[in-house]
Amino acid sequence: MIAFDFPAVLAEWPLLAKGVAATLALTAVSASVGVTLGVACAWARLHGAVWLKAIVGAYVELIRNTPFIVQLFFLFFGLPGIGVRLSPETASVLAMVVNLGAYAAEIVRAGIATTPKGQIEAAQSLALSETQVFTRVVLPPALKRVWPALVSQIIIVMLGSAVCGQISTPELSYAANLIQSRNFRAFESFIVATLIYLALAMALRRLLNWAGPRFIFGK
Amino acid sequence: MVDFSIWDIFRNLLLAARWTVLLSLIAFVGGGLVGLALLIARIAKLRFADQLVGGYVQLFQGTPLLMQLFLAYFGLSLFGINVSPWVAAALALTLYTSAFLTEIWRGCVAAVHKGQWEASAALALNLREQLRYVIGPQALRVAVPPTVGFLVQVIKGTALASVIGFIELTKAGTMITNATFRPFTVYACLALMYFALCYPISAWSKSLESKLHGHR
Repeated sequence: MIAFDFPAVLAEWPLLAKGVAATLALTAVSASVGVTLGVACAWARLHGAVWLKAIVGAYVELIRNTPFIVQLFFLFFGLPGIGVRLSPETASVLAMVVNLGAYAAEIVRAGIATTPKGQIEAAQSLALSETQVFTRVVLPPALKRVWPALVSQIIIVMLGSAVCGQISTPELSYAANLIQSRNFRAFESFIVATLIYLALAMALRRLLNWAGPRFIFGK
Repeated sequence: MVDFSIWDIFRNLLLAARWTVLLSLIAFVGGGLVGLALLIARIAKLRFADQLVGGYVQLFQGTPLLMQLFLAYFGLSLFGINVSPWVAAALALTLYTSAFLTEIWRGCVAAVHKGQWEASAALALNLREQLRYVIGPQALRVAVPPTVGFLVQVIKGTALASVIGFIELTKAGTMITNATFRPFTVYACLALMYFALCYPISAWSKSLESKLHGHR
């Protein structure tokens, strides 16, 4: 007979709450920096010099074709080998930013590529500078077009941050691990953590779908 | 003290890559079969199939794969099944893959024009014949590039199985690091190994996609 003991897990709610806060903080920082990095990379791949295009292209392909956990381990365990030591939190944020940056670059690039040529020509004929054309005319509607894909990617990165517990970043999955090591209720504590992740993913999607048109690219 | 050359590191990683490939194939084939069954249940409009499969997809897409692996690992043992990391990893990755593939394929079936359903129904084909002769071939054409692309996600997903003690590429990398004390080299080799596995598949998926759109 299987006896579940969820109260034993829920009694540790301060740990869970701290974990949720850390996961959200990691996601907030890496989402804002990562999407910015993605936009910069998308711009570089379309307008940059040849060498810059090559570097950004290599970065995007390298990140998209290796697992997040390997990127994280490389930053946290690999870099000390050449004398660069990062704290678990720094390594986690950096890995998430670098990861999201590469995916966001591809997504944003796809959005920019579908900009009607006439809009750019119209902006140029109004004597806007190249930077102004990009930031005021091309980028906002491009972001609007790819926002659903971008939101999904941000959520994927948020869920991926569960791996950061493996290098002892105190986020939600780390809290679940801590709880199960205290009360030996492994299944229950992971069920609770999983359901919290599910709720976070659903809430984050709603939040971003709401916030995008209001604060980022306009209606 | 034993010295490890780069070749030793590389050779051992290559040996471990077998298990990454094998686990990916098991998850991909198993996930494909389960995903297909779920898709057909949905198309056949079985009772509650739409809501149940929809919930299943949301559950697996809305939770971390790492948690799914932990739950498979600790959950199966609750039922008195002696779980090896193999069983837990294969089960979790199969379910994860099935949820994504069934959703991808649903989109592909939806992309087939409604007139094709109506025309084949007018020719008195039953559901099995419709799928086999009319809808399936057309959906398949659209489905191949994203399905191949998802294989890359599965291969990358198997890296997480290292966390529950499944010895594949990533776990082997960690073990080799512990033996050689050369984390930078080992993790760089490890990343290159995954890149060598995944990049050709990504490129293939991309070329399939451009071919598909080129024919229109």
